[in-house]
Amino acid sequence: MNLSISIWIPLIPFIVFLVNGLAGHKYKPVYAGILGTVGLFISFLLSLAVGYQYFFIEGMKDGVYQQIIAYSTTWLHLTDKLVVSIGSLIDPISVMMIIVVTTVSLMVHLYSIGYMKGEKGFTRFYAFLGLFTFSMLGLVLATNIFQMYIFWELVGISSYLLIGFYYERPSAVAASKKAFIVTRFADLGFLVGILMISYLTGSFDFNQIIPQLTDPNSVAFQSGSKVLFFGMSTLTWSVIFVFMGGAGKSAMFPLHIWLPDAMEGPTPVSALIHAATMVVAGVYLVARLFPIYALSAPTGLEVVAYVGGFTSLFAAVIACTQFDIKRILAFSTLSQIGYMMLALGVSGYGGEEGLGFTASMFHLFTHAMFKALLFLGAGAIIHAVHSNYMNDMGSLRKFLPITHITFAIAVLTISGIPPFAGFFSKDEILVAAYQHNKLLFVVEYLVAGITAFYMSRLYFSVFWGKNQQYHHKPHEAPFTMTIPLMFLALASVTVGFIHFSKFVSSDLIPYESEFHWNIAIPSILIALAGISIAAMMYMKETTIPDRMAKSLKGFYTAAYNKFYIDEAYLFVTKKIIFNLISRPVAWFDRHIVDGTVNLVGNTTARAAEMIKGFQSGQIQKYGFVFVSGVLLLAFIFIYWWSK
Amino acid sequence: MIQGIPIVHFLIVSTIMFFIGVYGFLVRRNLITILMSIELMLNSVNINFVVFNKYLFPDQLQGHFFTLFIIAVAAAEAAVAIAIIINVYRRFNNINVEDVSDMKY
Repeated sequence: MNLSISIWIPLIPFIVFLVNGLAGHKYKPVYAGILGTVGLFISFLLSLAVGYQYFFIEGMKDGVYQQIIAYSTTWLHLTDKLVVSIGSLIDPISVMMIIVVTTVSLMVHLYSIGYMKGEKGFTRFYAFLGLFTFSMLGLVLATNIFQMYIFWELVGISSYLLIGFYYERPSAVAASKKAFIVTRFADLGFLVGILMISYLTGSFDFNQIIPQLTDPNSVAFQSGSKVLFFGMSTLTWSVIFVFMGGAGKSAMFPLHIWLPDAMEGPTPVSALIHAATMVVAGVYLVARLFPIYALSAPTGLEVVAYVGGFTSLFAAVIACTQFDIKRILAFSTLSQIGYMMLALGVSGYGGEEGLGFTASMFHLFTHAMFKALLFLGAGAIIHAVHSNYMNDMGSLRKFLPITHITFAIAVLTISGIPPFAGFFSKDEILVAAYQHNKLLFVVEYLVAGITAFYMSRLYFSVFWGKNQQYHHKPHEAPFTMTIPLMFLALASVTVGFIHFSKFVSSDLIPYESEFHWNIAIPSILIALAGISIAAMMYMKETTIPDRMAKSLKGFYTAAYNKFYIDEAYLFVTKKIIFNLISRPVAWFDRHIVDGTVNLVGNTTARAAEMIKGFQSGQIQKYGFVFVSGVLLLAFIFIYWWSK
Repeated sequence: MIQGIPIVHFLIVSTIMFFIGVYGFLVRRNLITILMSIELMLNSVNINFVVFNKYLFPDQLQGHFFTLFIIAVAAAEAAVAIAIIINVYRRFNNINVEDVSDMKY
């Protein structure tokens, strides 16, 4: 089999998007769902085949995984130097990503047949899902940074379309706008970074950029590291700008504000886009350019580490105080992506040193599985209860057995309890942090405990807790929804046993990662502590949560209101930017620019008004003027001649 | 040759006629009257042609020919103008030039 077949993996969802989008009104909505699912299933099989072919047959050469450009075509030939091509780059992380994306997307496609049944716009939903899957796969397979940018924006627009899926709800419209504007703002940084990098290297291709910018003898490296601005070189600035784009898409502090609001979209969308795939694009971007960060711009890598570490702590604290189950999951996503960023940030380059890189990709992989499972489980709960709020739930274990068990597995996985997948990936991250940065290591231990606490809080409040009186008996979801749940639960249990360091490493050379019990055991203990505290507080209906909230009043209120970051943004935009910049600019535009144009127009109109009486259309008046003129001329000539 | 009448007399007559025509053309609002004024102007020019031909170049005939042409053209013009005037009358029930202003700005 030829690896160039990988180009069909994104193209099939694109074809599904075109068919569903253009011809969707011609057939019954359910066929749109079936078409999307079947198309994605083919993509899924193809990506498994590509993964097998790459990892076990073709990819390895002399003990090093090769970066293979499986397909490439010139897309824009602007000048001889400026050529943008589109293709598919096959290397360990891109293969891992296509497997993650197609798996989760397939599960979401299947799940949505049940979840979205009877919704208005079912076909549109599937068309957008296809568009998203296409863009995400194009992003991970990108051979050059410009292709990545194009697909980066495409996932942005499909995220916008899907958050605003219920466009009749003003809150959904506001959320989709917010997501789009915030990520666009971050993408500005990404674009600046791309331009700086391609200015230095004269190329967009990853296999041109990375060697040039990591070789200390190359022209690009030397010109990039000379110029200093605020104490950092051009190269460092460029990767920090690129990271800004990644931070926007991955919702890192302080650009995280759009993600909790993005939960306005349908739940399967939250599972696919805002938990498992799109939001990890930022991590993927940093991982893609990782050699540059690690070898040429260690300061940039430190920024990544601290932003990730802070976000993980910050979001975990907020998650403890929320009541909307999807928002809790959103903040937990923020926290887990913070983990991945941090793992990249504390990683070195090559061999054992690159453990953080492996751990980050490993956590990305396991997180995609268990977070998709959590969201889909939350969707099943919402489907049964018709509410997002934990206060409306309780004792659901009696009504939703399958959802209950799968959700419990997911909670144990994210809490890092062995033998579930999250334990292994989190352990690797902790080891990497321990080796490189003790401060962040302590923070991550703390976050592991908080994570276990808030996830168990969610679990106990929903499935145990008080005996809620329901208007109608909650019913278990249909099989199209439970099959993905079971599949993902199985994946959450098993994927942890993959020896990731055999496949993914920072320098493409497989190595053997050791297991550190001295770090794993305390992390299990702190997770168990978090779970047991939550069990004490929420398993039975108690007054402990209220009393705790009262005793921590100021802090609790601040966390409940997400530390007023949204308000801060509103203050900055509405009060400062609008008043100091936008209003004066608007005044200038309205009064000076428009005023000049209007003045010219009005003057012309007034002058015309004054003289239009001369053109009366009456021949006799013209004749009178004409004759008067002739007489006048006659008198003048006679007067002259007579001289 | 008209004996004993100096050329100036003819010219005075034709000038008076011409300016009566100009005056009528500019002042009257009735289309028929305007047409008549135009005929007056044409005829004053005819008189000039004939008189100049007769007094200045008695052995040539260009002035006479011009006069005949003008008479013929004036006849055609009168026919066209009266046809227009009839149409105007049918449409507006009026032949006052100031009322015929539908195409004005």
